[in-house]
Order: sequence, then C-alpha cells, then structure tokens
Amino acid sequence: MATTENLPTAEAERPIGFGRLKRKEDARFIRGQGTYLDDIRLPGMVHGAMLRSPYAHARILSIDTSRALAHPNVAAVITAKDLETLGLAWMPTISYDTQAVLAGDKVRFQGQEVAFVIATDEYSANDALQLIEVDYEPLPAVVNARKALDPDAPVIRDDKAGQRDNLASPLWEAGDKESTDRAFAEADTVVTRDIIYPRCHPAPLETCGIIADFNPATGQLDIYNGNQAPHAHRTVYAHVAGLAEHMIRIRCQDIGGGFGNKVPVYPGYVCAIAGSIVAGVPVKWVENRTENLTSTGFARDYVMRSEMCAKDGRITGLRVNVIADHGAFDSTAQPTKFPAGFFHIVCGSYDLQASHVQVKAVYTNKAPGGVAYRCSFRITEAVYLVERMVDALALEMKVDPIELRLRSFIAPAQFPYETTTGWTYDSGNYAATMQVAMDLAGYNELRREQAEKRARGELMGIGVSFFTEGVGAGPRKHMDILGLSMNDGADLRVHPSGKAVVSISAQTQGQGHETTFAQIVAEELGIPPEDVEVRHGDTDRSPYGLGTYGSRSTPVSGAAVAVVSRKVRDKARQIAATMLETRPEDLAWEKGRWYVKGDPEKGALIEEIAARAYSGEELPEGFEGGLDAQVIYDPPNLTYPYGAYIAVVDVDPDTGHVKVRRFIAVDDCGVRINPMIVDGQIHGGLAEGIGIALMELLSFDEEGNCLNSSFMDYLIPTALECPDFELGETVTPCPHHPLGAKGVGESPNVGSPPAIVNAVIDALHETHGVEHIDMPCTPARVWAAMQGRPEPPQ
Amino acid sequence: MQTPAPFDYERATSVEEAIASLQRLGPEARVIAGGHSLLPMMKLRLAHPEYLVDINDLAELAYIAEDGDEIVIGALTRHVELLKSELLAERLPIFRDAEQVIADPVVRNRGTIGGSLCQADAAEDLSAVCTALKAKVVIRGAEGERTVGIEDFHVGPYMTAVRDGELLTEVRIPVRPGAGSAHEKVERRAGDWAIAAASAAIWVDGGKIADAGIGLAAVGPTTVHLARAEEVLRGKAPSEDLFAEAGVVATEDCSPSADGRGPVDYKRHLAGVLTTRALRRAAARALHQEA
Ligand SMILES: Cc1cc2nc3c(=O)[nH]c(=O)nc-3n(C[C@H](O)[C@H](O)[C@H](O)COP(=O)(O)OP(=O)(O)OC[C@H]3O[C@@H](n4cnc5c(N)ncnc54)[C@H](O)[C@@H]3O)c2cc1C
Repeated sequence: MATTENLPTAEAERPIGFGRLKRKEDARFIRGQGTYLDDIRLPGMVHGAMLRSPYAHARILSIDTSRALAHPNVAAVITAKDLETLGLAWMPTISYDTQAVLAGDKVRFQGQEVAFVIATDEYSANDALQLIEVDYEPLPAVVNARKALDPDAPVIRDDKAGQRDNLASPLWEAGDKESTDRAFAEADTVVTRDIIYPRCHPAPLETCGIIADFNPATGQLDIYNGNQAPHAHRTVYAHVAGLAEHMIRIRCQDIGGGFGNKVPVYPGYVCAIAGSIVAGVPVKWVENRTENLTSTGFARDYVMRSEMCAKDGRITGLRVNVIADHGAFDSTAQPTKFPAGFFHIVCGSYDLQASHVQVKAVYTNKAPGGVAYRCSFRITEAVYLVERMVDALALEMKVDPIELRLRSFIAPAQFPYETTTGWTYDSGNYAATMQVAMDLAGYNELRREQAEKRARGELMGIGVSFFTEGVGAGPRKHMDILGLSMNDGADLRVHPSGKAVVSISAQTQGQGHETTFAQIVAEELGIPPEDVEVRHGDTDRSPYGLGTYGSRSTPVSGAAVAVVSRKVRDKARQIAATMLETRPEDLAWEKGRWYVKGDPEKGALIEEIAARAYSGEELPEGFEGGLDAQVIYDPPNLTYPYGAYIAVVDVDPDTGHVKVRRFIAVDDCGVRINPMIVDGQIHGGLAEGIGIALMELLSFDEEGNCLNSSFMDYLIPTALECPDFELGETVTPCPHHPLGAKGVGESPNVGSPPAIVNAVIDALHETHGVEHIDMPCTPARVWAAMQGRPEPPQ
Repeated sequence: MQTPAPFDYERATSVEEAIASLQRLGPEARVIAGGHSLLPMMKLRLAHPEYLVDINDLAELAYIAEDGDEIVIGALTRHVELLKSELLAERLPIFRDAEQVIADPVVRNRGTIGGSLCQADAAEDLSAVCTALKAKVVIRGAEGERTVGIEDFHVGPYMTAVRDGELLTEVRIPVRPGAGSAHEKVERRAGDWAIAAASAAIWVDGGKIADAGIGLAAVGPTTVHLARAEEVLRGKAPSEDLFAEAGVVATEDCSPSADGRGPVDYKRHLAGVLTTRALRRAAARALHQEA
C-alpha cells in the first residue's frame, strides 16, 4: 500500500514493526478528506456565538438581551443568571480553581465570556451579539504580574471567600535553601539575571469548538470536540453538569493541532452543552481566531530572577525566584502535587551541588491559562532559564559555553541520578550527544567563521542549549490531574483473520498515532502495520486514559500498547502449544510466529493462531477463547529525553533583524519507533521554537487590552524563517519503558528557544555589550538591545 | 469563523456598469477587488458596507503595457502579475523587489494594485513604490476620466481622491532614461506588513542625478514623500555619502508612531537605513553596476 510503503533505509531489513514508514493518516489529510469539527453537520443543528467583555476588569451592572432575543433567527440567549439556575455558572479549572462560565458579577479579563447566543446559523448568532446591551462599570486593571501583589492593587478574585490579595497559590519551594546558600558562599563566580519567558500562545490552526447533542428522550449526551483528553473531559462534564458519566460520549474527530491549547474545558463548551440540554437540539460553537488568541489557554508568562554559581570551573549552584502570571483564573495544567508544574526540573543536565527554587503565582486581569504549550508542565520555562544562565555564567567565566556544559554534565555512571530538586533521571550520556552536535555543526569551524565576520563588521552568533526533559506523566504515586491518575489503558483485539484493532486513550492532534501505535503492535506481534487499526478519540470505543500532551503518548500509551501486545502474544503461545501439541515453554518466538524449539519447521503463524482462537477446535484447558487483552499502564517513572541544539544566526547590524541560518538538533529520545515521525515532530517543534524566540508575544496595554488578537499581530513563523534543519541522534534506551522509548514531541519546542536567544546574545555581546535580551527577538527589540537599552516585553 | 455583518452584493460586468451601480447605491457601497484588505475588516466588523460592487470580472482592467513614454497598469492587475512581469522587471525592477515581500502567495494571487492604492494604508508597499516612481492614477466616474498625481491621490489615512461613484482604473508610470529603482523593507516575519519600507528611484543623466523619487511606507499617517531628500540628491553625482545624507533627511522627515512593530526612534532609524540602501541599489541599477 502506498501509504505504508517502506522507504529504503538502514531498517529496510526489518519490514515489519519499527522503522521509517509514511503515516497512515496522511492519505486522508493530503487529499483534504480529514474530518474536522467544522465538517460535521448534524440534522437540526443550531449555532452558538459568545459575547465577550471589552474590558479587562469591570463590574457588570446589567445585561439586556431583549433586542437579541427579538432577532428572528435567535433561539436563546444564555447569561450567568440562567446558568446559576442550572448550577453551571462556575466550573472547576484543571488547577482546582474555579472559573466563571459566564461572567455574572464582574468581568476579569478582556475577552471573558459574558453571554451565549443560540441561533439558526452562525451569521445570525454573531449579528445578535451586537444587539445585547451590557452596562459595565470599568475598574482599574492589574496587568503587570510584578505589581499584582502591591498593597493597593485591586483584588481580582473577590468571588473567592477570604481572598484579600492577588496571590493565586501559596509560595511553592523545591530544593534546599541552606545548602544552596552554602554553595553560593563557597563559589568563585556568581551571575544574576532577570529573565522573562513572555506570554505566548499555542495557536493551533484549528480553533477550539464543540457540537453538543443532548437527546432528551434517552438522556444521552453526544459531544463532538477536538480535545486532547476525551476521557478526562467526560469525567469533568459529569462533575460540572451533574450528568451521568456513562450517558456521555465524546468523539474527537481529526484535530487541527492542539499543542496544549485543547487540554482544558472552556466556557464555550459548557454553554453549548447547556444550550443543547435546554433546546433539545444539537448546538455547535466554534470560536474564531481572536477568541482563540485572547481567551483560551496561553502559555508561559514566567517572570524569573535567577542566580547561578560556579566553583573550580564547573557549575555548582542555582537559585531561582519566579512570579507566575496565571491570569484571572488559575487554569494552569499541572499534576496536583506540583503547583508549579515540573518547573523544578530547572537543574538541567548538570551535576549541581545544590539548588533552591521558589515560585509564587498571581492573578492578573488577563486571560486564564498557563497551559503547557508543547511542554510538560513548565519544563520549557525551566530549560530556558537554566540554559540562559549557563551561557551567562560562561560569559562571566570567559569560557566557551559548550566547554562549561561538558565540565558540568551529569556523568553516564551517575544514572539513575537524583537531582537536588528530587527528580530521578533514568539514563543519559550527555557528552556523547553534545559531541555529535558539535561535529554536525562543525563547531570549531563556526567559531573561526564568526571571528572573521566580526572583523568585517558582520554579526554572527552561535548558540547552544542542552536540555533534559521529564516527560510521560506519570507514575500514579506522584501524579494526578483533578484526582485522576495519569495512567493509560490499551485494548488489543486480534480478529480471526489475524487483523488487529488496538484501542488507546491517547488522542492524536497530528502526532501520527495511527501509524506509531500500529507499528508497536506490528513489532510485538509480527504482523504488518497496515493490518493494525488504531482506534482512539471516542470514549465509547477506547479505554480510559488521560490523553495526549506532555509528550506522554509513547511513554505511557505506547508502553500500554507494548504490554498489551505481549499479553496477546503470551495468549497466542498457549494456543499455539495446543495446536502444536507441545508445552508453551517449549515454544520460541520469531516475528509473527511461535515455533517448536529444536524443530523450527513446526510452528504456527499469528493469523493461524487467531483463527484457532475463535474456532470450534480444541483450546487450552480453561481457556475462554478469542485473542485479545486489556491493560492499564502505570509508568514507574517519567522518561528523560535530552538533546544538544546549536543555532547559528546572522544579525543585521543596521536593522537588528535576526535570521536563523542553521539549526542543528541532536535528540536522544531512546528507541525511535518511526524515525520519520520523530523527525517530523522535531521539525515542527523547531519551527515553533523559532516563532517563540523571534516573534510570538501576547502583550497588553495598561488597561489590559490584548494587543495581539489576530494573526496580523500575533505572528507565527513560516517556512521562510526556518532553515533546513540538520538533525542527528543518539540512542540511550529508557531503562524502564518496555520499548526503551522516551517522549520526544516537545523536545524541539523546549530546547530551541534558548539556543536561538543564546546565539543572538553571542552575536551581540562582544561588539555591543549585550548580556541579556528577552524574547521575542524582534528587529525592534534587538536594535534596542544593541543601543544598550534592552527592554522586557510588556 | 469570523463573520461579517449582512451586506448586498453585485457583480459588475463592465466598468460603466460598476460606476452606474456605485452612483446608484451611494456612499454605503464599496468596490471589492481582491478583497484582501476589505474582507478582513468586514470580518472583524471594522467595516460595514451595505453593498459590495465586485469588479473581479472586469478583465479589461487587468494589464501591464507600454503606452508611449509610460508604463500603464490596470487597476485590477494582481500582485502576482506585477511580480511575474518581465516588462516591469526590466524597466521598473522596484516592482519585483516590492512584490517579493508583499504578503504571501495566497494574498498576491488575489490582491490588486488598485485595491492597494485605494486602501490608502500608510504601510502599503505599492503606495511607496508609486510615490517614488511619480506615478499618476486615472479615476473614472459618470462624468468621465481624470488623472491625478500620486501626490494628490492619497489625501489622508485611508482616504483617497476617489469620490463616491468613482473607480480607479489605471496607474500610469512615466518612463525616463537613466532610471534605476529599488524597494527595501524590514518586516518582523515574511509576509508581514513593513516595520518600515523605502522605495527609491533615480534618473541619471551624464553622471549626475537628474531626478530622484523616494517614498516611505509605515512611517507616517500616510505614505511619506521625501521631497527634501529628493532635492538633496538632484544635480549631484551618486555616492555613498550622498545616499547617507538622504538617509539622514529620511530619519528627520518621517513621522512614525509606536506600535507592536517598534518604537518611534527605531522606525526613524530604519527609515534612514532603508532609504540609503534603496538609493544605493537604485543607483547601481541605473549605472548597470548591480552586483
Ligand atoms: C495577510 C496579509 C498580508 C498583507 N501584507 C501586505 C504587505 O506586506 N504589504 C502590502 O503592501 N500589502 C499587504 N497586504 C495587503 C494586500 O496588498 C491587499 O491585497 C491590498 O491592500 C488590497 O488589494 P485588494 O485588491 O485586495 O483590495 P480590496 O480589499 O478589494 O479593496 C481595498 C479597498 O480599496 C477599494 N478599491 C479596490 N479597488 C478599487 C478600485 N479599482 N477603485 C476604487 N476603489 C477600489 C475597496 O473599496 C476597499 O476600500 C496584506 C494583506 C493580507 C491579507
């Protein structure tokens, strides 16, 4: 089949299972035959539109919906008052905070949901929005996170009993203060930097939306909604709407990108569900681009102060203080036990003597979020910080930034390695990966080229980052979201013909699950990947699990699929023993076949075994028949992928324009199931990293107006900003994953921004004295830094 | 989805019919050409025309041709045609410079020169180009045609000399000997509007600059015509120092405002840098010395 054709590669001798394989799903995507939410039209379906607040902070004095209701095509207008009677005015966030579904008392950010119109078509619904009259009394807005805790700052969350300031969560600490103080006291070099990871947005090309279809006759609620965690959403709806969980079915169609933005439940979803329950017909609501950028889960927004120290030429200690801007409602995505996500993985790839990390979260009059944009719960911020700090230290010590990293790395023999903030890294050989990157880049040659160019007045920079990520949340003992363990199920059925269906809870948004997971089954059962159908995205047809984000699909669901395949293989062994009239322990496995040890001619293929399993013939004693199995996988630890990235940039000395000329990315994500998909993931993430480093920013004026509410002002990168990426790999198998695989989807997004910013600073430091520049490195901001007045992003 | 407010729509089959419709429908009617400026504004509900008169079928308005000592371009000529035109590349290479950095292929396949000029957005690259080239535009109404210099065409931000019931039909560019022209732009990202852009044309005669034209985009409420810098250049031999001097004038004579693309000082600085660069390239082309 053309779509699963094997490309000629080194793995060519392994036609089944792992290896480069074109994605099964691409056949429909490249023909324009994917089915996205907007392609779904149900009989009798009506359309919703959301009225949003023009103010960042204001009291709602009155809402008059009468003119909208008089519109001939309008069926209903829902406000907070209506939701109150249904008990739906507020909903829980994924961080145990509450969020107004529709604002009743106050609006707390510009773009907040105020009223929901249901009409026969989306044009009428949007026309009717303009007929709703809301009387607001504007209040002073808190926009700057650093001023949120000022004594005279207006209290944003006066809806919460006992809330007298804008603190969103108590101070959270990791590491050890005393030993860190000691490390700094003994150090011979210390650097301090104020570093901001500005607010940006995952901006999936398909915005968020839902179709809610409540059947009043049966009480069944059918939901179509491209989200990243359908099972968790179903549980949340059961809690929020008081609906019976077994009467809710969520179907995720094809999804046009998620990147963390489609993890949360949004007010529009709840309104559409409430609307369908009230109206008794399907209600569709799809947000527009502005709504997506200004009201749904943003990412980052960490204001960080950090100190790093060195002694005897290597890094010894780290101190970090963070103010986290969570917006008006705390809907940060993170496991319950880690109030600042995995930020405390901030020790990076280095064997530190001590570290101490503090994070304080505040409310501001900005959109809620803090979702993990292609990152595992704040790891991106951590990696950015530590990799910027190492470069700052290298500058201070006048040593090559790669040299300082090599001296400070955790050594291979130290794994499993416990960091000073309590993480247990599973495996690694960092220096080897760094070396591959240096060789690919021609690092020494690049430094020579840089010196020559500098002499000619040209500005070229070389930037390095070396990241370690903890991905694949997570072990039940450590991690849950809203009380739900972060484990995944898998269900494998081999049909009598030997073709198989594997059902998983992970939900692809472009990651290629339909191919990768088929390959895992193929590898384990020895059948071709095209004979394995991967079923996902339908809560009625897949086992429970927490979805796809945090690079967790292969670490958790992938492991589940491997384990369930092995269970089926063991079952097949029992059946084969009966077929071959021998004992299971006398059989040996080769791909797709159990055979008699010592008599390899005598064996049974998996499809023969499958046929037997469903046949009327004799089966092993006590055997129920059929060839299937089910598992739930609880990962023993996170997986710890890592990588060495090198960026080469040219800066226009007159205009400050930055061009990323080369990008070298060497990733170690353990065993690669489909290296082509891995490469694709890395390409996409590097493009995003370039966007974040050079152009992406959600900024606000003093009144809290969002200044980047469309793609005219919120820039995402194009192919023209991306060089021809140069990829490399090392393979250090994960010791506790059944396949030796580690997550990789987020590595490039996490690892690339610091490499690019380090490169920009490297280009400007010697000639212009630039010591730090905050992202995004737009021409104007770079030019300001070159003039000696770098500015933090607003 | 972003949805515009309700409007009525007519599709014109001739220039006369378009003008008649515009006359009949009055000030609430708008011409729609490529729609790449108008439709986004309508979808964001920043523009609420009651009627759209679609001129996309008026093939007679899509051409690039020589007419005596002028190059004439029909108002409905798309960006992509300006980009691909060999005639323009040879005679007025500034167009290809500009078209390579205007928007993206999707926009360039539809957007028109007429729409670009009539939008009268100060950031419009083609307005700067036409200013540098000292173009004239032809406006037709029920009473007939009139020709307006580009200087008098842009009367303010988003305002042009086109009156209700009129249509821009043609852009006419004088062709003079010894010409060289170039466009320089700095953008935050490929396809983005300019942070600042400079268009320059010079006409060299006997080793001296006989005449010069400079237009700047995105550094004032409307397209900036650098008359004083043109005066500095006239009658002098092209040189690095001279172009730098013109650049200094550019920094002084523009009036940018701060926005997401950058602060005022940076934009002024860019106006200077880009003016100098555009002049350098225009001169190299005039003198056939382009690298
Ligand atoms: C994503 C994007 C990026 C862009 N980037 C750039 C850029 O970098 N540089 C740049 O210069 N431009 C850019 N543009 C604008 C682009 O060049 C538009 O195509 C152009 O501004 C408008 O041309 P149009 O034919 O689409 O006009 P329309 O949108 O159809 O019309 C614009 C205005 O002109 C009027 N009009 C149109 N034709 C006539 C006529 N013949 N007579 C009278 N009135 C008329 C209309 O009534 C309307 O008011 C961008 C546009 C987009 C969408």
